[in-house]
Amino acid sequence: MANSPSSRKSSEATESKAPPTTMAVLAPAVGWLIPGAGHLIQKRWIRGLLLMTSIATMFVLGLLMQGHVYQPNGGDILDILGFVGDVGAGGLYILTQAMNWGQGAISHATADYGTKYLIVAGLLNFISVADAYHIAVGKKP
Amino acid sequence: MITLSHFTAALLFAVFASIVFGITQRSTSREQIRYGLYCFAMFVGGVFVAGWVMWFLHR
Repeated sequence: MANSPSSRKSSEATESKAPPTTMAVLAPAVGWLIPGAGHLIQKRWIRGLLLMTSIATMFVLGLLMQGHVYQPNGGDILDILGFVGDVGAGGLYILTQAMNWGQGAISHATADYGTKYLIVAGLLNFISVADAYHIAVGKKP
Repeated sequence: MITLSHFTAALLFAVFASIVFGITQRSTSREQIRYGLYCFAMFVGGVFVAGWVMWFLHR
């Protein structure tokens, strides 16, 4: 039968083995490098612009609040997790490292908020990247 | 450099996080707006609840 559970399972397996399309690779990569761009290249203009604005603004506010940007490290687990969060912002993180921004000591509460803003901006971009991938593979309209 | 109050920082955080959650966690525009507003309300509500809890603990 065409719609029996076994045939459905085999069709799902075939789908998962299908080679990824160019967009399924390109959209997450571009989306990581430039927040929201993964949606923009798939012509989701409003979603892309809103994601770009939200994530970039959050990252810039974090820097303006003198938040700390974590370096690649193999030390304390919280520092490693901080780095993983920060690196999610992609191009923004690379630019920050290149310009040597965000290296101040956390000396007041607002700077600590800034650090959290930077990490969360990166984590939100990871979610945005996953969403761009789901659109590219047709799981989401 | 900017210095935000605790509440402003929490409010801005709620706005940006809610926008991203709304767009990424729902499919249609209507659902995205509803879910974004729901997340924003939960964030801001959580701030007030946490504020009152800390006030009671401090007393």
